[in-house]
Amino acid sequence: MSTPTTTATAQSAAQVNRHKADWRGWKFMWPFAAVFAFVFIIPIAYAIYISFFQQRLIGGNVFVGVDNYTRLFQDQQFWTAVGRVALFTVVQVPIMLFLAAALALAIDSMKLHGTKFFRIATFLPYAVPAVVSTLIWGFAYGAKYGLVGSFNSFFGTNFDAFAPSVLLASIGNIVTWEFTGYNMLIFYSSLSTIPHSLYEAASIDGASEWDIVKSIKLPELRGSLAITVIFSIIGSFQLFNEPSILQNMVPGNAITTNYTPNMYAYNLSFSGNQSNYAAAMAIVMAVITMVIAYAVQLRSMKDQMK
Amino acid sequence: MKFGKKAIAAVGSLAMLGSIAACGSNSGNANSGSASSDGKVTLTVWAWDSTIPRTVKGFEAANPNIKVKIVNAGTSKDEYTALSNAMQAGSGAPDMAQIEYYALPEYVTRGYMQNVADNGAKDFGDFYTPGTWASVSLNGGVYGLPMDSGPMAWFYNKEVFDKAGVDPTQVKSWDEFYEAAKKIRATGSYITSDSGDAGFFDSMTWQNGAKPFDTSSDGKTVTINLTGDDKVKGFVDWWQKLISEDLIDTKTAGWTDDWNKGLDNGSIASLLIGAWMPYNLLSGAPNGDGKWRVTQMPTSDGQPAGSESGGSSLGIIKSDDKAKVDAAYKYLEYVTHNKEGIATRVEAGAFPADNNTLNSPDFLNVTSITDADGKAHEYFGGQKFNEELATAAKNVRAGYKFLPFEVYARGKFGDFVGKSFTDKQKLSDGVKAWQDDIVSYAKQQGYSVKE
Repeated sequence: MSTPTTTATAQSAAQVNRHKADWRGWKFMWPFAAVFAFVFIIPIAYAIYISFFQQRLIGGNVFVGVDNYTRLFQDQQFWTAVGRVALFTVVQVPIMLFLAAALALAIDSMKLHGTKFFRIATFLPYAVPAVVSTLIWGFAYGAKYGLVGSFNSFFGTNFDAFAPSVLLASIGNIVTWEFTGYNMLIFYSSLSTIPHSLYEAASIDGASEWDIVKSIKLPELRGSLAITVIFSIIGSFQLFNEPSILQNMVPGNAITTNYTPNMYAYNLSFSGNQSNYAAAMAIVMAVITMVIAYAVQLRSMKDQMK
Repeated sequence: MKFGKKAIAAVGSLAMLGSIAACGSNSGNANSGSASSDGKVTLTVWAWDSTIPRTVKGFEAANPNIKVKIVNAGTSKDEYTALSNAMQAGSGAPDMAQIEYYALPEYVTRGYMQNVADNGAKDFGDFYTPGTWASVSLNGGVYGLPMDSGPMAWFYNKEVFDKAGVDPTQVKSWDEFYEAAKKIRATGSYITSDSGDAGFFDSMTWQNGAKPFDTSSDGKTVTINLTGDDKVKGFVDWWQKLISEDLIDTKTAGWTDDWNKGLDNGSIASLLIGAWMPYNLLSGAPNGDGKWRVTQMPTSDGQPAGSESGGSSLGIIKSDDKAKVDAAYKYLEYVTHNKEGIATRVEAGAFPADNNTLNSPDFLNVTSITDADGKAHEYFGGQKFNEELATAAKNVRAGYKFLPFEVYARGKFGDFVGKSFTDKQKLSDGVKAWQDDIVSYAKQQGYSVKE
């Protein structure tokens, strides 16, 4: 009689314990969960909700189902913007990451004088707010009185950094200037985790400096490459500050209100009274960015597993 | 293992969603003042006009229970963006705001503005010029009072014109302007600059007698007829000629550093612009001091005609707080209707919208403008420039109407017409594309559209 009871008690005690353990964990979760819900889940849910409505000057707020989404897929202005940031990503990101990796390797080579100064100097542009650096570059690009203007009058050329055909490259230049140092630092920190014994072993084996870079340093960079690529892709797809500040400085409105998807959503929402459509756009852009970032991440993880 | 990787990737990419979806939560944070227990009211006013802050002292002295806080929330479109933003968010909106005439119908339609007709404003009709009064009397109410006006006038750098042998006071028609532009270009300067400015386009077509926009009395039908209006076409054809022959500077965007320098050194020789320009010239082109003059606009047929460019009203943001509205109306009346308030602003360079001031000798005989340090400059070489500008104000054509979503329309102008200035697109094609976009927006907003 006593034996089964004991067993049962023991069992239920175990259950209670497991139960308690579960909840203890959740208690630690709630500060995060609350913030996460407020700044993340609720806004997204709200954006999805309002994307099914339209606020009209005549007729007020009406439920329109997936109208905003079907309109979006036929919206030439939106897809031009997506195409533009995609082109920007494909060209600017590799250039920037190549420069960053080269700088990191140079600093890590221990053959430079004034490494510390060099490292800070490269990183400094990242510490300048994007608004300020865009203004500085905007003035420098001025074809009449800016740096470009002086360059032109000195060499007798007629280069115009604000011409519609080179404008995207001009913006790319600003972004590269801003973020190369940041990416360099990520690369550099992963290089500095390589144990010194590896280099010693390599030099005992008679490896040249180039062999060390190729066989030790570059493989080490691959891990941080995935991170920088993903950050950069997200950054370029969300391109907003630079073009919207340059907008007023560029003649002929060459930076249109739909220059990048984010600018388009912003302008629709705040000067076009179309927050609902902008919400649909934000969600579609989020999905597009997610898919691309996910694909890149999967790929790089596969590479690392090899 | 495989699942683990995917899960991590999924979580990682989900994390981006936040930053994208989070855009759009940038709400204004100016505090709306409120009536506190001791009967004091604090008013928050959004205005970028530099003469408004000067009225605060006089007003607060006369109304010790009301405190006025002027906030510069950005110029024109920037302020409207902030205002729409705050109104949509439901918090952070000011109690009063400076709103240009072209934008007022939009905010009245959206229901942002307080009707002040019954506060006493409905009797002010004769006080203001017909054009500005018509701009604030909308849908049978009065939704703000005229602060200033901006009749278009021709500001020119006499030194450059003398060098080219052109006397602008004798240039009456658009054809003569075109000939003058060629002579100016021969000296190396441009007669003026335009790289695609919606406000300028509207003012010029208005001056030419165009009526491309109309709204039915019930507010539900809009007419958008840019492509079919002969008077629009008249302007477009003439301006196209000047663009194609490189007679106007299309590479310098207005209101930039380069633009100011161009005005300063004479490479941009004149401006067709609103009467609020003198003070801006003094601060933007200080080297032009004494060299500039003002005259009447050239017109297509050489007969005097005019239009407005810009000009603002001051309005009260709709509120149920009666004490607040009454206090705001007191300030509104002081700034726009009170003799002392208007005089303070005109002294600081504002161009008035009321008939009394426009006809007063004190105003008409002014020959100098005062800079921020209080120093007087005879910028126009001793010319009684206000006299010329007051004549321009009398010539303004009546009957031009703005769209009820003019802010949107102007915001989109550059997207479609900009290429006509920087690229090979014809101006008329740009205008056509702009029309198409406005039409589809109007339909999307629930209007029936007549083209």
